[in-house]
Amino acid sequence: MEDKKLAIIATKGSLDWAYPPFILASTASALGYETQIFFTFYGLQLLKKKLALEVTPLGNPGMPMPMGMDKWFPVLGLALPGMQGMMTAMMKKKMKDKGVASVEELRELCQEAEVKLIACQMTVDLFDMDHSEFIEGVEYAGAAAFFEFAGESDICLYI
Amino acid sequence: MADFDQELDASGLNCPLPILRAKKTLNAMDSGQVLHVVATDPGSVKDFDAFAKQTGNELMESKEEGGKFHFLIKKS
Repeated sequence: MEDKKLAIIATKGSLDWAYPPFILASTASALGYETQIFFTFYGLQLLKKKLALEVTPLGNPGMPMPMGMDKWFPVLGLALPGMQGMMTAMMKKKMKDKGVASVEELRELCQEAEVKLIACQMTVDLFDMDHSEFIEGVEYAGAAAFFEFAGESDICLYI
Repeated sequence: MADFDQELDASGLNCPLPILRAKKTLNAMDSGQVLHVVATDPGSVKDFDAFAKQTGNELMESKEEGGKFHFLIKKS
């Protein structure tokens, strides 16, 4: 039987949204799927050698805030300088305490499992990024290349 | 608990790490050998069941004991 295929488009560049593509891709590989992730726009941040991903409470009413902070800090409070850094530090600590893997670790597991990581060349150019900013093993391509794989896929996700 | 050839302690690890570590350990084992996985993630019960069904490795035993989850997986 031919391997099943999973195609993912990763478009978001925040700490919380870094998880779904890497968790699903690494797990799919463990289950025998051939997997590709196509990174475009802010998703390119997930391919940087040095990850500087943050999480923001802004515009995110679903985010659980510690100590009822959402009641004490209405929207303007959440926009204060330093709030994003603080929320990021708290989120990272919580993840560590709960045994959740780091994004770096999941990304390495994906690479070990031969998940193909493809960066959208158009958005690399758009943001004046350089290939040297990205980890080894990334391939660079465009929309047509994505469809070559996605068209044959069993599951296709836009994240 | 029946005999096993290798043991993997995935205690304290959360989804999807127990599955990924188990897969990696199984890769280095021979067909017919049995892996004993210990995990604390309650989600791992359904996950190891699904992992076995999709990979063809046999889940010989799945049980909770002393607050931990134990799985015996025979490599196909």
